[in-house]
Amino acid sequence: MPELLRIENIKQHFSSGGGIFRKGYTIHAVDGVSFSVKAGETLGLVGESGCGKSTLGRSILKLFEPTAGKIFFEGRDITHLSVKKMRSLRQEMQIIFQDPTESLNSRHTVGMIIEEPFIIHGIGKPAERKLWVKELLLKVGLPESATERYPHEFSGGQKQRIGIARAIALKPKLIICDESVSALDVSVQAQILNLLLALQQEMKLALIFIAHDLSVVKHISDRVAVMYLGKIVELGNALEVYNSPRHPYTQALLSAIPVADPRKRNTERIMLKGELPSPINPPQGCHFHTRCPYATDKCKEEQPLLVAKAGDHADACHYPLTNQSKPEFRQLA
Amino acid sequence: MLHEVLLEVKNLGTEFTTDDGIVRVLDGVTFNVKKGQTLGIVGESGCGKSVTAMSIMGLLPHPYGRVNAGEILYRGTNVVDLPPEKLYEMRGNSISMIFQDPMTALNPVHSVGKQLCEVLELHRKDLDKKDRLTYAIRMLEKVGIPSPEQRVMEYPHNLSGGMRQRVIIAIALACKPDILICDEPTTALDVTVQAQILDLMRELQRETGMAMIFITHDLGVVAEICDDVVVMYAGRAVETADIFTLFEKPKHPYTKGLLNSMPTLSALHKQMLVTIPGNVPHLSEMPEGCRFCTRCAYATEECRNTVPIWTQLDGEHRVSCHHWKEVD
Repeated sequence: MPELLRIENIKQHFSSGGGIFRKGYTIHAVDGVSFSVKAGETLGLVGESGCGKSTLGRSILKLFEPTAGKIFFEGRDITHLSVKKMRSLRQEMQIIFQDPTESLNSRHTVGMIIEEPFIIHGIGKPAERKLWVKELLLKVGLPESATERYPHEFSGGQKQRIGIARAIALKPKLIICDESVSALDVSVQAQILNLLLALQQEMKLALIFIAHDLSVVKHISDRVAVMYLGKIVELGNALEVYNSPRHPYTQALLSAIPVADPRKRNTERIMLKGELPSPINPPQGCHFHTRCPYATDKCKEEQPLLVAKAGDHADACHYPLTNQSKPEFRQLA
Repeated sequence: MLHEVLLEVKNLGTEFTTDDGIVRVLDGVTFNVKKGQTLGIVGESGCGKSVTAMSIMGLLPHPYGRVNAGEILYRGTNVVDLPPEKLYEMRGNSISMIFQDPMTALNPVHSVGKQLCEVLELHRKDLDKKDRLTYAIRMLEKVGIPSPEQRVMEYPHNLSGGMRQRVIIAIALACKPDILICDEPTTALDVTVQAQILDLMRELQRETGMAMIFITHDLGVVAEICDDVVVMYAGRAVETADIFTLFEKPKHPYTKGLLNSMPTLSALHKQMLVTIPGNVPHLSEMPEGCRFCTRCAYATEECRNTVPIWTQLDGEHRVSCHHWKEVD
């Protein structure tokens, strides 16, 4: 499959708090991230709140102007495209937001909401557009009669379907799903995940699936990137990352998921101490060393780089875990 | 093993007055809470989990919400009829509650210590001001807050989400309650912090022997911490069982659907999930009979017209379904 998107060393810093007599500070939300996405594949992006996953999603769409780094879409450098050129490129890349209630205009009917992308890009005549809207509604599993109704008349899951219909309206090649199922109940979440999988197959969509729920990400992704404090710490094939995590953070994260099997409850967990450090002053060296059970002096000083040691499973750790190296740890996991 | 029953909820019904008339939010909810055990209440949003907790605590919004049927017996006394003074005495002292959002449950203009001392001031009249502060510091230490002597003077905005939830737990446990009601206590937290908090709660329960009611929508968390479970759907309890039976031999189609629709780490990759079709009907449009009949694969005419009665299966496993025999 051809490469659709490549980002190189993307940085997204925000300055805040400065005044005339006071020096501001910089939030290192995304701090040098590189990866590529192939056409039709799903890349899962996981991490805890504040790790920069949503910011990264928005930087890719250039909803923020990246501080540094390069974004290539279909081989073309789009990092410094003008707002106008970027707008027409957004036909190809779309986003589905977390909160379906806040991302739909409550004063527009569903028909108007889904038709809007066509109007913005000047596609089709009014009659044609009405027809397309109806087709889109059927595709996401809503009745045609929904066109005349307003978002508040729908439940959370149905609103998310409307958001999906709007995102796929222009037949994009890439959709970024920013926590798109996190606000939904399990039974509805399963419906939406199924819909996304079906649409992906039908339209050959590439997805960047941002979520904090690791089980959901594993379910939908081909490859997974694990983020910690603005950096990717591990990237690889979803099954490989989940079955044999190399970075201690990935391992701790996987071990912390509550397993829906009461007979497995007494298995020992790897309990991380403390919480995510502030992205204003990220720790020197490896960002994870303050919470890592294996940190040495080297980790405190030298920042590990994300390198693939075998195949395309990459990790950013000085002492990556292997099946042999930490037998006592393996058992616990 | 037999455990003493601390709280009995029998046939609880709660209704709210709304612009569209009276809505019955809870209908015939029944369960027992046993000493030293954790009861999980699971269900999706709007199924009445939190209203059940509010009804027990006497925290229903006055005058719109009221308990209109059934009884809530705490050590034999019906708390529904208790006068407000008696309720004040009970709340925070014998039955305590932790809320979902650690960001809004604390008062931002008072220090952590002051908020901890407030509950002691109300319920522990034997302590003087100095003792209360020492006690507060000890509580903070107990819930795993580092350097509690300094933290006690700090304000909620200085603390992270996980730390705030620890403070809230400390406040809830300050008077050594018999029962702790936890309304989605870890939902707003990250997985690694959630694991820490669940661990803490389990440990505190072992230490104090209190009973817990754990309200959550996350079946993983339920499997982690609960001994017994009540599954609720649209204001009614549909199945109760001990944790193992519920996960291994669910008999209500809804319970089964919930368990199936969850993506798990061991599930097959990129497979379609089994889903429950449709949505929960609006409370004012509830079907006459079984409330799940609009989404149930087993539904028949009988389900649409008559409310299923409770069937007692082995042990404490009870199910409210006409077709439980067909569910395997």
